[in-house]
Amino acid sequence: MKYVDEFRDPEKAKVLLHEIEALVGCIEVCKQRPLQLMEVCGGHTHSIFKYGIEPMLPKSIEFVHGPGCPVCVLPMGRVDDCVALAEHPQVIFTTFGDAMRVPGSKKNLLQAKADGADVRMVYSPMDALKLAREHPDKEVVFFALGFETTMPSTALTVLQAEREGIKNFSLFCNHITIIPTIKAILDSPELTLDGFLGPGHVSMVIGTEPYEFIARHYRKPIVVAGFEPLDILQSVWMVLKQIAEGRCEVENQYQRIVPETGNDQALSAVSRVFELREFFEWRGLGSIDHSGIRLRESYGRFDAERKFSVPNLKIADPKSCQCGEVLKGVIKPWECKVFGRACTPETPLGALMVSSEGACAAYYNYGGVEMARLIRERADETPLEARQIA
Amino acid sequence: MSQVFDLEAHPELSPIRRRSGKLRDTRITLSHGSGGKAMRDLIDDIFVGNFDNPALSLLEDQARFNLADLLAHGDRLAFTTDSYVVDPLFFPGGDIGALAVNGTVNDLAVSGARPLYLSCGMILEEGLDVEMLRRVALSMAKAARAAGVAIVTGDTKVVHRGAADKLFINTAGMGVIPKGVNIEASRARPGDVILVNGTIGDHGAAILSARQDLALDAPIQSDCQPLHGLISAMLAVCPDIHCLRDATRGGIATVLNEIAQSSSVCMRFTESSLPVNEVVKGVCEILGLDPLYMANEGKLIAVVPKEHATAVLAAMRAHPAGRDAAIIGEVSAAPAGVALLSTLFGGERIVDMLVGEQLPRIC
Repeated sequence: MKYVDEFRDPEKAKVLLHEIEALVGCIEVCKQRPLQLMEVCGGHTHSIFKYGIEPMLPKSIEFVHGPGCPVCVLPMGRVDDCVALAEHPQVIFTTFGDAMRVPGSKKNLLQAKADGADVRMVYSPMDALKLAREHPDKEVVFFALGFETTMPSTALTVLQAEREGIKNFSLFCNHITIIPTIKAILDSPELTLDGFLGPGHVSMVIGTEPYEFIARHYRKPIVVAGFEPLDILQSVWMVLKQIAEGRCEVENQYQRIVPETGNDQALSAVSRVFELREFFEWRGLGSIDHSGIRLRESYGRFDAERKFSVPNLKIADPKSCQCGEVLKGVIKPWECKVFGRACTPETPLGALMVSSEGACAAYYNYGGVEMARLIRERADETPLEARQIA
Repeated sequence: MSQVFDLEAHPELSPIRRRSGKLRDTRITLSHGSGGKAMRDLIDDIFVGNFDNPALSLLEDQARFNLADLLAHGDRLAFTTDSYVVDPLFFPGGDIGALAVNGTVNDLAVSGARPLYLSCGMILEEGLDVEMLRRVALSMAKAARAAGVAIVTGDTKVVHRGAADKLFINTAGMGVIPKGVNIEASRARPGDVILVNGTIGDHGAAILSARQDLALDAPIQSDCQPLHGLISAMLAVCPDIHCLRDATRGGIATVLNEIAQSSSVCMRFTESSLPVNEVVKGVCEILGLDPLYMANEGKLIAVVPKEHATAVLAAMRAHPAGRDAAIIGEVSAAPAGVALLSTLFGGERIVDMLVGEQLPRIC
């Protein structure tokens, strides 16, 4: 396939891997401990596993899987709010497919649908707006989710609804922003990161300038990376090169998509419609200041949280669930006690097991022969054993 | 001497012949499922007329078979059933009717059986366009003729509007397995060769592009086709085929896993050898789907002893249903119970069963 196969060429990968090995040899730190690189974005996590990139790299490079999977960081209480909205008799609740199976404290959206709620999967917020036009007697609520990547399309849909004077369309807004979260991670005392692969699609919207503080203030190299396997290898090489040469800069590997200044039109639509929340709860990471997004007061009529009363309860994650530690890279997914036991892609306890971009689902599905053996062993444990461990 | 009664001389005593019914309505109503005259007209006009065979025309409550006739084909019966709920009813390369015949024919064929008879159960939604039903019945008749099977018994029910979506079909099928043919998912052995009969994922991609909500305009046809002709060509060069499965829902990934688990072997296959249509690759790339899990309706996975692999491949390629056939991998002993893919990029990964539904109502 043109413009795809070129970025998956195994011969070019060999050349890059050779260069990476040479660089590792020049980096002093590698002789004492493995270098830890965080890929911020869930899309990168998925690619790293799908193409088997980690085992190709020298053992002295470790990936830490960042918080950039919007489905994975959604706290349980917000899912309960979704279910409550969906179960409202007046509501058609619309959502992206991968949010359907995220566990709430009692049920997920798929179960709510089976119980009679009108939940529909859409591919774009514009599809939800179309439903609102077709069902003027119903309220169509769109479950707005994601980082800056999906924010512009939500904002433009709200502006379109405003232009058309549509009154039965609203958002349950769970958009989040990446910068404060990276900052929170950098401030966390448990972390020893050596560099970042920056999110590609987010940067297509916000540009590369917002990452400057990472290089300047925290003295960490960051390379905005694409999602094909060669993109990732080249980005790893670029981070290592910075480390080897003692530089800390923001570099852009994904230049074919990411302009340094971002996308003005997208940004202006976003700032017209949205504003920062004072704080937002992240699953596993807790509350992070200025990390959530909500509709501005002037667009309040499109805000499902103002139109309907949602329970808005804070629900603690299941005790056995160690999503937070995995998210921060403190433990590896399989070190979680419920991984492959009570928590599997079919019956996820934690959100990291739900989305294909979640680190746990990635290890589960693409973790290789040894991981498959471990999963089979855990699945074969008697329910009693599994319960005792959990 | 008894006297022969001359009926023609007494026309008042001749039986009242029933004319074959003719359906004049344009929409299905509840009365078409009521057991009365309207239902009779529907059955006569749409089904008996099109499916045209002696067993069905008798309109008994069951079809009857002569055991001696069955025995002429082999020594074991194969029996299967499948329901069809595909949405939309008509898609590029096929429709629910062709699917309902070929799907069940293929479930029989992969046992090595010669498919002989089908049943046809129809569940119709009140308000269904009669022309649409006629098109589906015609398509079933055409597919049955092409596959050499007879639709010998059937049933029709009509449900209230909203209780079903337009039209659901169930077909059961019966066939006979020739003596000496022994195809089972548990017979894959280390060293055996794995083959597929053509490009994967075509049906899933065709359904996706036929669904208007995705606004995809991909020039791709469903691979909906009967496979028993291809299979008998394969059996002719290698009577000892170890495993055969048609890769429908869940795609070839699911079939490879089923065989790996039943036979307790590792199904090793390589991405570079997989036949995938460029359009299907594109659709998958855009939607984040994997062709390995995409549905097919005319594709099979075969496991054959190594020494026969070249001959089987040649026989497949000589048949219209196997033109793009390819050897995609080999069975090995360990790690047992998994399907292992060598990726184009040079890595290796386990391909597990599909979790959740990639897409609902594809067949």
